[in-house]
This record gives sequence, C-alpha cells and structure tokens, in this order.
Amino acid sequence: MPNLTLGPKVRQPLHLHDRKLKTLEKKAGDIREDIIDMLVEAGSGHSAGPLGMADIFTALYFHVLVHDPKKPIWKDRDRLILSNGHITPVRYVTMAHAGYFPKKLLMTLRKLGSPLQGHPEREYMEALETTSGPLGEGMAQAVGMAYAGLMDQSPWRVYCVTGDGELNEGIAWESLMFAGANKLYNLTFIVDRNNIQIDGTTEDVMPLEPLQEKLEAFGLNVIRCAGNSIRDFVTAVERAHGVSEKCSVILADTIPGYGIDFMEYDFTWHGKPPAPGKEAQDALTSLRTLSGKIISEHE
Amino acid sequence: MAKTKAPRLGINKDVRLVRHLFDPTKLKQIPTRNGYGEGVVEAGQNNKNVVVLCCDLTESTRSLAFKEAFPDRFIQMGIAEQSLASIGAGLAMAGKVPFISSYAAFSPGRNWEQIKTTIALQNSNVKIAGAHAGLSVGPDGATHQMLEDIAIMRAVPNMTVVVPCDYLETKKATLEGAKRKGPYYFRFARAGSPAFTTANTPFKVGRAETYRHGTDLTIIAAGPLVYEALLAAELLSTDHGIECRVINCHTIKPLDVKLIVQAAKETGAIVTVEEAQVAGGLAGAVCETLALTTPVPVERIGAQDRFGESGAPRQVQEGLGVTAPFIALAADRVLQRKLGKRVPAIPAHITAAQNLLQISRDNIMKEALSRTPKKWGGKKPDSSLKSR
Repeated sequence: MPNLTLGPKVRQPLHLHDRKLKTLEKKAGDIREDIIDMLVEAGSGHSAGPLGMADIFTALYFHVLVHDPKKPIWKDRDRLILSNGHITPVRYVTMAHAGYFPKKLLMTLRKLGSPLQGHPEREYMEALETTSGPLGEGMAQAVGMAYAGLMDQSPWRVYCVTGDGELNEGIAWESLMFAGANKLYNLTFIVDRNNIQIDGTTEDVMPLEPLQEKLEAFGLNVIRCAGNSIRDFVTAVERAHGVSEKCSVILADTIPGYGIDFMEYDFTWHGKPPAPGKEAQDALTSLRTLSGKIISEHE
Repeated sequence: MAKTKAPRLGINKDVRLVRHLFDPTKLKQIPTRNGYGEGVVEAGQNNKNVVVLCCDLTESTRSLAFKEAFPDRFIQMGIAEQSLASIGAGLAMAGKVPFISSYAAFSPGRNWEQIKTTIALQNSNVKIAGAHAGLSVGPDGATHQMLEDIAIMRAVPNMTVVVPCDYLETKKATLEGAKRKGPYYFRFARAGSPAFTTANTPFKVGRAETYRHGTDLTIIAAGPLVYEALLAAELLSTDHGIECRVINCHTIKPLDVKLIVQAAKETGAIVTVEEAQVAGGLAGAVCETLALTTPVPVERIGAQDRFGESGAPRQVQEGLGVTAPFIALAADRVLQRKLGKRVPAIPAHITAAQNLLQISRDNIMKEALSRTPKKWGGKKPDSSLKSR
C-alpha cells in the first residue's frame, strides 16, 4: 500500500468577485448559443445535457482549473475527465472559448475528418484527457489518475464530470467505492443531477434517490449545489478543496436544456439537436431573451 | 456422350429476392432494427414467455413496440448492461425467453464475461439483440460503432451468431431466435439499408443461401453488405464478364461448412464481406474452415484492424472500404491469385480505401470550414449558419 497521506496542498480560496461572476455568466450565455449553432450545423448530437452544464464548464475552465490551453498536456495541469462523453458539445465549445483550438473547428463537429468526434476521443485531441461515451468508465479512469497523483504527491487535482443516469452503471459504484476506501481527496466528482436520461426521468427509469445518503454511505464527502449558479458551484468546489480526508462529490442540481424554454426539463431533448430553421431560431431567441424575460433590441 | 450442362449464372431465382433488385428508385431503404421491433412483438404473441429487457434505449433499439404491446413483459434495466445479461440468464432459468437489448457496443461489448458465464456456460435460453452494430451510428464515432462483436461472440461455446442482411431477414432472425433453445446473438443496424429479400426468401439458422450463381469466384457476405456484394457481382459481370457466386452467410456460427467448402471447390477463390473486424469475424470463420478443408485464395473486406470514426454512415463505410467498388477490387485480386499471378503486398482495396478516406476527410473539412461565420473567425455572416 503506497503512502497516500501527502498530496496536493489545500488550494487558495477561489475568490469570485462580482465583476468576474458577471463576465462568467455572459460567457456561459455565449457558450450556450455556440452549442446550438454547432449542433444544428452537425445535424445530430445531444442538446439537453450540454445546455444544462454550460455554467459549470464555464466556471471550471475560466475560474477553477489550473491549466494552460497553450500547453494542453502540461504535467502539472488539473485533469478534467468528462465521463458522460455524450455532453461533449459543451466541453468542445468551452475549450474553443478558452483557446485550446480555433473556434472555426466548431463547424466540423461529427463530420468525417474532424478532431471533434461525436464522443470525445483522446486520440484526436489529447486535451480531452480520455476517450469517453460508454458510461461509467471515465469515473474509473479519474480514480486511477487521482490515485497515481497521490502516490507521486503531485500538486494537481482531478475533476470528473458524470451524468446522473450514468450512475445506473455498476462500474460507477465500483469506482465510488474505491474512491471512498482510498480517501482520494484530490478527486472531485461533479454529478450533473438533471433528473433525465434517454427513456425518461431518472426516478422513473431507475430511481437513484436518496442519492446523497447513498454516496455518503460510501464514505464520500457530498456537497449539494445549484448547478446553474456559477457562484454556488464555485463555493461547492471550495468546500471540496477544504476537505482533506475524503473524496468529494458535488451533486449539482441542473436544469436540462437550461436557457431554452421549450427544452428545459424535457427528457426528449436528451439526444437530439433542434432542427434547422424555425426550431433553431426559437432556441436562439429563447436564449437571447432569457426565455422571454427580456425583449431583444435586434428583433 | 452426355452433354455437359451449362453452369447457371446470375441471380438465383429460387431465393425470391425483390424484382426491382437494382432499381434504386423502387428499392426501399429500411433500418434492420425495425425488423427486430416487429419480430419481437410477433414472438411475444406466439409465446407468452417472451420478455424484453432494455437498457434505457427503448426507442432506438425498437423495443418500444413490445413495451407498448406487452407492458407487463417489458423490463426497464436502466443503463446497466452487466446485470442485463445476468438478470436475463436468471429469467431464462426460471422459464422465460428473454430478449436482452442494448447497443452492441455495450452488449455484448461491455458484458461479455457475464454473457460467457451466465448465458453461454450455463446454456441458458437468452437472446442477445445487438442494436446499432457496425458503422451505422456514423456520427457517434468509434466508441459507439461495434465492429468486434462477431469475433468475441463466435469465440464463445454454445453461442449462435446471426447477422441478418435486411429488415425482413432481421424479423425472421428474431422469430427464429425465439423458437430455438439456447444462447443466441444477433445484430442489426441503425441506418436504413436496402430491403431486398421477400417473405418467400428462405431463412434457416445455420444454412447459408446462394443469392447469385457464378463460377469464377465466390463472395461470402453477411449483414446489409450482402447487397453491396450483389452490386459488385453485377458490376463485374456486365463490365468484365466475371461471374461471381454470392452467398448470404447470415449465420456465422454454426457456419454452413458444406456450402462454403463446395463454393471453394467449385470456384477456387473467395472474398468475404462484413461490416466488422475481419480478424475473427466472418473472414476468420471462413479462413479457418477453408484452411482445414479446402485451402484457396481468400481476400477479406471489412475493418482492417482499425477503428471507425465520426462521419455519415455511408462516408464511413466507403472510407473503410466495405462498399461495392472495393469488393470488386478484392475480387480482381483474388482472381489474380487464383491464376497464380503476382499481386502487390498491400491489397489495392485497402490502399484505395485509405486514399479515398483521406480525400473525403479533406473535402468535408474544407467544405465545413469554408462556411465558418465571422463570430468563429471566418468570413461568412453569422446569419449564414443553419441555425439562423
């Protein structure tokens, strides 16, 4: 058994000032718009999950992660593992905004020859860290990386984004059991708790609740947050950083399809993009007017 | 002196394929998964013990029709392929006839060990329905394209492996699976493909069918690519006077050894065609059989030890070299070898596919990038996006 007692030091607080928060919120809005534009160009892909996770990905790439888009595989970078690979549109768009690759590549999603494969593939872009899509497997790989990080007393942390439907998989719980047993405090799981999967709501398909209690019973530090509030999420990450004897799980309550009135909470938008034309325009209008709460000046 | 009978050539009339076989305007394109959806409902009507289990993919695997017809016999598993296999085995041991359905990439991709132990080793009566097999999920990419299923399933004792060629044959394979006892794997695809067999086309598990008569070489194909094999045979006949026999080898295991050996003896050259890894797939099964009985030159069409990638299904099929023109190239090579001529070390059907793939990639990327809007660093107005 290696010595896992020394690892990354507790990070400095992630001060999020109001002015920065405003920039991040605007950025998340732009990212949502680009997700729609990109998916409609591709003609296939997942909508609900990426829209719901845009705030968290913005917070991760523009505030939380220690990373360098110019040196994507710098050895001391924080690792962000996307286990539910099907929501990769949000990762691609956020990475383009962060400067990992030119935005023009967003035109090529899911097309022959594109580095932006339908599900993320490390062979096409190392900054993606892992190839994913088949569910639960990113969680196990994140555990492996975190364990290695502690073995070497490395300064970096691991963040692993997973879906809630993904927690149906056996390997998810095998990984969580291991993370709890080995107190992988340099690892933070972020569960996209949007309550939907392909066939319906998670509680109809295969109930997960009481999820928090289940995770706590595995020896994990569970933090609940509002996943569409950047402030709330960043606070949750700070609380995860503050615990040095347990692996943390942030249960982020998100709204699937967030920002587009006709997609929000609707599981049928799990795996398809809006159709070109009116549907896509309605989606963009809904985003720009905050679901009709403000009237756009450019209408 | 007895007259020598002229060999039969052309499409085998006895197998009753559609009349408009080569008329693209009349040929219907139907996804093979629809055949599963219809077949499993009919199986449910015939046998009240038929149950369907599905992993959160009810609509896309086409299990939905069964769920609607027999809600009490449909079991939602959640996203859990390992227990899908083993719970299915438990149901079978208690007298049910479970059809366990998910994407082939995950079942049998993920739960192979559970299938081996709880289904095959115990010889339990479970039907494994592998949806979205082959390259037909196109844009989803390599993680969701299943090319290794034939190899991993035919290696398992007690397992039957069936790869139906079109919508109607998938329906027949589903019904046949419900009737037979024991482990049964069959795979089908997401995208539409030519519906070219009829209700009168024979289908019997374990018996391959000759769809086209020929004497120069034999193309042994499985799955929707059987149609591509027929196209290639037609092309070779009209353009080059080469007569290919075409065999629909829908059952990979147990293999129809008799018909394959007969074809090898009579035509002396074989091309195998499948939408799967040639290593261990139909090609593997045919080569093993011929090496033990009638060694003749063989060329293999399929995935050549590489993964698929994102792209429209047809583009990916062409890029991997599994469509009619590549089958024709393989046929040419196998004929050269049959005649004892020297051939290049790397087959032309492989190099041609690699070249085409690179050209297609470049063209498709160039076209997409040429429409880049201003906001993403291009020259076109943002309003030119398809979403605007």
